[in-house]
Amino acid sequence: MRKISDWGNYPVIEAEVNGFDTTEQLKRQLELPGDVIAFGNGRSYGDASLQDRVILTRRFNKFLSFDESTGELCCQAGVLLSEILDVFVPHGWFLPVTPGTKLITVGGAIAADVHGKNHHVDGSFGQHVLRMDIMRNDGSVISCSPTENAEFFNITVGGMGLSGIILNATFRLRKIETAYIKEETVRAANLEEIMDGFEMSEDWTYSVAWIDCLARGDAMGRSILMRGEHATTTDLVNQVHKNDPLTVKKGMHLGIPVNFPNFVLNPLSMKAFNFVYYNKTRPGKHEHVVDYNSFFYPLDAIADWNRIYGKRGFTQYQFVIPKAAGREGMRTILKRITDSGLGSFLAVLKLFGEQESFMSFPMAGYTLALDFPISVKAMSLFKELDAMVADYGGRLYLAKDSRMDAEMFEKTYPNADEFRQAIALLNEGGTRFASLQSKRIGITG
Amino acid sequence: MKNVLILGATSDMAQAIAKKYAAEGWSLTLGALEADLLEPIASDLKVRSGTEVLTFKFDATDFSGHRKCYESLPVKPDAVIACFGYMSDQEKVRNDVEDIRQTIDINFTGMATILSVIAEDFEQRGRGAIAAISSVAGDRGRQSNYIYGSAKAGLSAFLGGLRNRLAEKGVHVMTVKPGFARTKMTENLELPAALTASPEQIAEAVFQGLEKKKNVIYILWMWRWIMLIIRCIPEFVFKKMKM
Repeated sequence: MRKISDWGNYPVIEAEVNGFDTTEQLKRQLELPGDVIAFGNGRSYGDASLQDRVILTRRFNKFLSFDESTGELCCQAGVLLSEILDVFVPHGWFLPVTPGTKLITVGGAIAADVHGKNHHVDGSFGQHVLRMDIMRNDGSVISCSPTENAEFFNITVGGMGLSGIILNATFRLRKIETAYIKEETVRAANLEEIMDGFEMSEDWTYSVAWIDCLARGDAMGRSILMRGEHATTTDLVNQVHKNDPLTVKKGMHLGIPVNFPNFVLNPLSMKAFNFVYYNKTRPGKHEHVVDYNSFFYPLDAIADWNRIYGKRGFTQYQFVIPKAAGREGMRTILKRITDSGLGSFLAVLKLFGEQESFMSFPMAGYTLALDFPISVKAMSLFKELDAMVADYGGRLYLAKDSRMDAEMFEKTYPNADEFRQAIALLNEGGTRFASLQSKRIGITG
Repeated sequence: MKNVLILGATSDMAQAIAKKYAAEGWSLTLGALEADLLEPIASDLKVRSGTEVLTFKFDATDFSGHRKCYESLPVKPDAVIACFGYMSDQEKVRNDVEDIRQTIDINFTGMATILSVIAEDFEQRGRGAIAAISSVAGDRGRQSNYIYGSAKAGLSAFLGGLRNRLAEKGVHVMTVKPGFARTKMTENLELPAALTASPEQIAEAVFQGLEKKKNVIYILWMWRWIMLIIRCIPEFVFKKMKM
């Protein structure tokens, strides 16, 4: 038994953990009765990969094949996105979709169907998966794709690991000329401006905004919009970059050695931080070329940044509301959050494109993500926010959630019932795939 | 292109070491008892670095077969890293004759026989580097794992002697003492983070250690001092301690 938790350090549980190197070893683990769930690199925030018995997938992390003519990569599900980047960026290839951390496994990326700054153009990660093999609870392996065993494919993408253990996946990498991003930052004085900004950025491949969720009144929603394109060799100005366009210097690596004591995070320190962050960008538009790590993964440079929130842990509240409800809905919800004064260092705002999903989070609309230290006050705020999000026809991101109730899930995921029935059928037999989350939100018993 | 021979190549440490050498442009020869487990490992290394990877079955306890096994390799290595080992549960091994023998056979006898064969070849060629994974457990016998520890102590003494003998012949021998390592052997254990090395840290230290011709390396610096202190405790005190 070992103590285990996900990225938010909430909840922390005792679990029996076991990895595997071969499908045979995995099969033997699935022969033992009881509930299990896969655990990748522990970057989901809550309890989606927690259970009395968890199966660690990180050791199942081999690249199996790569086709240079098409960019098709086949790898085992425990490979980290960072490993893919380390190996393939120097050869001119990039991930089709990446979330704000590269420290997640391929299996996790599929199970949570992660999205990135290019969602409005390229959709979510699962939409780029061509094929995958999954081990079911009886130890049999099923191959699936959008056309072969398509139903199984659809409940696995965004299915939070409840259909089985993803063994390997094939997906296509994107060709790049350089390891750099041509970035344009635009300062927006309030929510109106930032939303206009997003709607005028639809032609950009990447767009996202850092938003100061403590600013109130006329300044509510003030933010910095960042849009980007993969830089071509002609975009590079720096001679060092030009000489070796596909290699980036390993950046400085900061670490948070211990949990911060609780008093470090208070409204004043958070306000100061947000003020500095907003004001370090001058008004107007600014163009610069940055390496892909600074553009996509600024927080990965700070190892263990979750310790900032101390021992009590934190949760990330990420919701999406449909575009139709967008402006008004966003204003109302953001106002409730700023009024509470509980918001976090930085919040992230993004406009999703269209997506038809069975169980995945994204839909055409606005998504906002904020960190909150765990507290009684925050928990009651979330309850209020849940009701607002549901009223506007939105929903919460399961990869970040550690607290929503079954009723909220039922109300906001239109295929919840169908999904529950499908999982129940698959789970017949000895071992069941179930997480603390799936029990909490009523997908599994 | 230089070639590294890695024995016990399915272990987590060995896999990390193989990645490191592949990234540095070496070709690889990987040996392990379960040779079929080496296939995905080899394809992974090929996709990562485009390097040549050869695999073969290596049985640490087939002592008399070690010479033939080494001679059958198509490429003679420039460096050898012996990573194989076996740790049973001390409670279980204490009175189990087979398990005691297994522990000593793999951790000591197998190491001594294969490395002797390789040392002979390196000596004749007048060059080469040998590294083997020993353990801090060999630095002093402790009640909690003295069977494993004594086999590793034997290995450390063997490596010391080999180093002494081959120093003049242009062959370098390095002893590696990892301390706690985050591997499949320990994944269900709660280990002190500050004292626990990752396979990648070990790989980096082994590669750099051989480049710089280090003799004995502890992966995390604290371990050298911890073990120094443990070795300095007088026996009449030590025997009453629970370690």
